[in-house]
Amino acid sequence: MMDKFFSYYTIVLMVIIFLPLYRVFKGPTVFDRMLGAGAIGTKTMVLILAIGFLFNRLDMFIDITLAYAVLNFIGTIAIAKFLGTEREKA
Amino acid sequence: MIGNILGMTAVIGGAFFLLVGSMGLIRLPDFYSRNHATGKSDTLGMMLVIFGMMLIEGVTLNSAKLFFALIFVFLTNPSGTHALANAALRSGLKPWFRKNAGRVE
Repeated sequence: MMDKFFSYYTIVLMVIIFLPLYRVFKGPTVFDRMLGAGAIGTKTMVLILAIGFLFNRLDMFIDITLAYAVLNFIGTIAIAKFLGTEREKA
Repeated sequence: MIGNILGMTAVIGGAFFLLVGSMGLIRLPDFYSRNHATGKSDTLGMMLVIFGMMLIEGVTLNSAKLFFALIFVFLTNPSGTHALANAALRSGLKPWFRKNAGRVE
């Protein structure tokens, strides 16, 4: 029962992940694109956890999730620091 | 068994909040309002999903690692969106107003 539940859950989550990609392509400013990329990264963490339940190897996939969370956070902070010191309108 | 049912309910509720965050990211008119949508709704949905997975997993080492992931998301996701909003405000991005806001007809 849990295998079937998590396989359907993964499909639904893929549809949810594809929605912010619109904002990444069509965002008017660069901040919108970075926000969409961060939202995709956050939802991808949930997807990796669901795949870990699907494969019954949750101990390995949790470590991948933690590393992905750290990379996502560092990337967002670095882009924000880089763009925040710029004085012109982006 | 009851833990499985409760966990599945929490996981589906978290997916609902993630969907609301994505739709807000598409439909809201301005960067700051989109930032509000993805900063709060995504964090709540993420925490609900990880909490439901903890309920499904039971009391194991994996559950403790999931708890660390929950604390990490709770700390870093709002601070990331706050840093982006701060950078946008510093670089001079104007907020969105309605056309004739505050005008007395």
